This record gives sequence, structure tokens and C-alpha cells, in this order.
Amino acid sequence: MLEGLLQGLETAISIQNLTMVVAGCLIGTIIGMLPGLGPMSIIAIMIPIAIKIGDPSAALILLAGVYYGAIFGGSTSSILINAPGIAGTVATAFDGYPLARKGEAGKALTIAAIASFAGGTVGAILLLGFAPAFATVALLFHSAEYFALMIVGLCAIAAFTGTGQVAKALMMTVLGLILATVGESAQFNAPRFTMGILDLQSGISFITLAMALFALPEALYLVLDPKRSSTGDNSSEKKIKGLRISGQEAKKIMPVIGRQSIQGFLIGVMPGAGATIASFLGYAVERNIAKGEDRAEFGKGSIKGLAAPETANNAACTGSFVPLLTLGIPGSGTTAILLGALIALNVTPGPRLMVDNPSIFWAVIISMYIGNVVLLILNLPLIPYIAKLLLVPRTYLIPFILFFTMMGSYIGQNNATELLLLIGMGVVATILRFARFPLPPMLIGFILGQMIEDNFARAMNLTDGVSFMWERPMTTLLLASAFFLLFLPSIRERLSKRKHQIVSKGD
Amino acid sequence: MPLDRAIAGIFILICLIYGYTAFVPMEEGLLPFELNMTFLPNTLPKYLSVLGIVIGLVIVLQPRYEGASDSDPNEIDQKKLLQYKFSQALFLLGLMLAYALLLRPIGFVTTTTLFLAFGGIILGERRLVILVSISVFTSLVLWYLVQEVLGIFLRPWPWFF
Repeated sequence: MLEGLLQGLETAISIQNLTMVVAGCLIGTIIGMLPGLGPMSIIAIMIPIAIKIGDPSAALILLAGVYYGAIFGGSTSSILINAPGIAGTVATAFDGYPLARKGEAGKALTIAAIASFAGGTVGAILLLGFAPAFATVALLFHSAEYFALMIVGLCAIAAFTGTGQVAKALMMTVLGLILATVGESAQFNAPRFTMGILDLQSGISFITLAMALFALPEALYLVLDPKRSSTGDNSSEKKIKGLRISGQEAKKIMPVIGRQSIQGFLIGVMPGAGATIASFLGYAVERNIAKGEDRAEFGKGSIKGLAAPETANNAACTGSFVPLLTLGIPGSGTTAILLGALIALNVTPGPRLMVDNPSIFWAVIISMYIGNVVLLILNLPLIPYIAKLLLVPRTYLIPFILFFTMMGSYIGQNNATELLLLIGMGVVATILRFARFPLPPMLIGFILGQMIEDNFARAMNLTDGVSFMWERPMTTLLLASAFFLLFLPSIRERLSKRKHQIVSKGD
Repeated sequence: MPLDRAIAGIFILICLIYGYTAFVPMEEGLLPFELNMTFLPNTLPKYLSVLGIVIGLVIVLQPRYEGASDSDPNEIDQKKLLQYKFSQALFLLGLMLAYALLLRPIGFVTTTTLFLAFGGIILGERRLVILVSISVFTSLVLWYLVQEVLGIFLRPWPWFF
């Protein structure tokens, strides 16, 4: 292994490959900032260039750089304009955007960069040491467990929206799941619930729904209430505050980063789970662990709430390379495209890759780490300039946000019906937000809907019914914990009430 | 009736229609060989419709939670509705609708320039020369980036060009 590692190191730190990492990170960051172009589309666009390079190590290093750059770019648009371009950065917007509204966009971007770096670093170290072992464990998870894991994810998000809000969050989750059933299902190629509209046959696109649920209502709120906009005002109090994070804040986010790098990586290793589930679960777990004021701050600009999903999604991205490189199974859409690129480059991923092409295997792993370092070095000095975007006057900023929202949903599908859907769903989302319905559970339900249905179908077919729910101990345990999570807020509320009563009696 | 309960009521209605489609027309449309299959295209929708109706009913019937705060500064205050700029928001939505309908016929560069310029005017921008210059520049740069660099086709000019 050491020999392979050294060979990989030698390949990765050659001038040509270092240039590839830097170029990849830069391209990824810039294009990733445009909502609608996530890592999947950017990597797909870069494949012809990668193939032209010819050398598999250099090409893969370029693509890995683009991957990380795109994820950071996606976080930037989530934080600055509440427009998460990819599913993995939706949770980043929960606390990143409130921070930006408080004038702390610079700090939010710094935390995002550092958390991503830490997540990626820990992920790379774990990948380096335990890649083959993790791959074996990941294969123990069957469709029944995946189904149960996703139900846990949905319940965790609903449960952590706050006391008194659980039913509303569940309603939004079910609505998201219902929307996910529109169009052709993966199991049967028959259209469902399309109301005869041909354009709905391929389903509602994720990006259109994400823009309709987050960016559009926020832009409309900015129009409705000009005082809400902290932009375009040059008075000193509204200026973007410093980028530095204090020692106390660093101390606060350190444990979060530690926990989430490991949890995110482990979730990323499981094929099919990926960065999205990792970021949502990371956010939910940290919110649950937090106590008192810390917890109340979640959703209103908590640095912990920002660091958790950012760390988890980067660690999971690294983790998703484990099944790809060791088993040849792509864990996510992005790694599926990378698999295509690998095959086009005459490299067959799988258990033999480490033996047959050790320099490629290790060079990719090492360049992932170098990619993280480059990303940090490149992005930290750029943050003040990126954050200044928010100082653009609102008469320019709002039309631009609306335009990018529409462009994001249009260029993915090249279909004007998507724009009409976006406007319709955006208006509905604004009304829902107005009535205090939490919107993130709906998007999470939608994202996981397809995966839940596929795994549910597979598990049902295997056991000829729903008996897998109690026949497989791991599935039963996961489903029981999902059920428990739903009642957690009310149990907590009761416990704290009792505590208050005891304290007041004691007085 | 508070807005959230009214929305939950509408949601129940949606679930009833969704559930009816899953239980009746979809069931009738199944092919003979599908009748013995464990999982069908309407299996998950059936579960979802029932679950949706139950959750909707919980929201409609549950007592109002005492701790629910109506004074979140991040949200719109429902008691001060008239103070908000609804006309601007409606105009912008109309402009978005026009963008969606005109994008294909009159091309990306033209529609985007018009959208950005009119959007600025609706929001009160009066320095028209700067506004139009920025709009033209942005739409040209983005068109170049998307079509020429990324290779995603976007017709730049109206159909008769």
C-alpha cells in the first residue's frame, strides 16, 4: 500500500496535475455559483475536455477539482441569495442565508470554506486508510435498510423543525413525496399524475422545485418588505462585517466539524445515500444535540447549523468515492458520471483498480486532498469580493435573483414549461411560507421520494409484501427510531414543563 | 379560520383527488399480468394519500399550539398586510410570466435585457442609461458563457433574425 501511496503522491504533485487541480477548482467554483449548474452537469460538461487530456490520472484529478469547486460554488449561492443550486447545499441555506442577512456573509462563507475543507480532509484520511473495509460494510445495507434510513432522515427533519410544527413539517414532507411521484416511475415506464401534460412525463425537476421553494419566495419577500433587504444600503451599519471567526466561535464549531466529518463520510460510503442525506442528517443531528440558546438559534443564523451540513456534504462527497473506486458502484449521480468518464479513459473501477492501476487509485485520493487545500487557498482571499455581491442595490439585485432563478430551472431542461411551473410553485410556496409552513421538508421529501419508492419496491418484491419491516432487525430498529423521533419534540416539551414546575415548586 | 388550517383543508382535498386516482382509475388501468405483482405504480401513492389525509386532519383538528410565535422578524407579519408592496410583487410576477412566454420566440438576449431593465424600473430605478447598459452587458456575457463556453443551446435573437 505504501508503495502505491508514494507512487500516487508522485503523480499528484507533478506540475501538470497541480495545474489541473487549480484549474478544476476555479472552473467548478465559478460555474457552481450559477444556480442550476450543479457538480453533475459541470462534470458532464467537462468530460470531453478530460478525455482530450488523455492521461487518466490528470483527467480524473481535473474532474475531482471541478467536483469540489462546484460544491463550494453551490454553497456560495445558497448563502448569499438563498438559491441552493444543488440538493447537497439546501441545508447550507437554512443558517447560511440568515447569517448573510445579518451582514455576516463574509463570516458565513469563511465558515463554509473551513468546514468544507475539514470535512474533505477527514474524509480523505478515512478514505486513505479504510476504503476497502468500508466498501464491504456498505454492501451489508440492502434496499430495506436504505428505505428505513431514508424514513429516518425524513422524520428527523420533520421532528427538528420545532415543537408545534411537526404536523406541518410532516404535511410538507408528504407533499414533497407526492410531487416526486409525478411522471414516469423508475419501476414502470407508465406516466402517473401528469394530467395529460406531456412536459410532466419526465417529472418535476429538482432545480425548479428548489428555486420555487427557496429563492423565489425570498425574492418576493424582499420586494414586499423593502426594510427586510439589508442590501443596497451604503450606511456603515449595513456594511458586511469582518470575515474572521473569533476563538470562541471556532471552539463552538470544532466539535460539530469533528462529528460531522465522520458521520458524513460514513453516510457517503453507502451507495445511494450521498451528500444530500448526509447534509440533512448532519444538520438534524447537530440541532438535536444543541441545547438551550444554541438550539433556538438554529434556522436564524447559527454557525453550528452552517458548519454541520457543509462539513457533512464534503465528507460524504469523499466517502462516495469509496464504492466507486473499490467496487465500481457509483454512490451518487455525480459519481455515476465520473464512472462514465473513467470507463471512457480506459480505466475499469472495481476491486482490481488498486492492484492494477495503483498510481491512478492513489493519485485520485491524494489529489482530492490537494483539491481541498487549493480550494481553501483560492477561496479565502476571494470571499470579501464574493460577499460584496450583497451590496448591489436592490433595484438590480432582485431582478438578477429572479433571472438566475429562472435561468437555473430553464437551462437544466431547456423547456419553457419549467418556467411556468416555477412561477406557479413559487407563488404557492410563498403562501405556504406566509402561513408558517416549513418548506425544507417538502424539498427533502421530493429529493428522497424517488429513492424511497425504488427501495420500497425492491424490498417489497424481495419479501412479497411489507414483512421486511419486522423481519430484518436493522430495518425494524431504524423504523422504530424514526417513529420515536416524531414524538421527541413533545416528549422534550413535557419534560421541560415538568422541570419548570418542579423548580417553581421548589421556590 | 386561520390560514394554516385552510391550507391543510386544501391539502386534504388534494390528497382525496390523488388517492382517488391511485385507488380507482390507476387500479382499473392495470394490465392482467400486473394484478399479481407485489409492487405497482400506484402502491406508494395509495399509502401517501392515506397518510396525507391523516396528517391534514391532525392539523385541522389539533388545538393551536400556545408557543407558536407570530412575531418572527424573518417572516411577514400577517397583521400588517397593507403595509407591504404587493403591487410591485405582482408586477414582477407578471414580468416573469412574460419572460417565460417570450423566451423562445424573441430569444435569450432580447428577453433577458428587457426583463432586467423592466425589473429595475418596477423596483424604482430611474438611471435608465446605466440600467439598460448593465442589462445588455449581462445578457450578452451570460449568453456567451452558456452557449459558447458550456455548449447549451440558447437562441439569442428573435425568430426572424
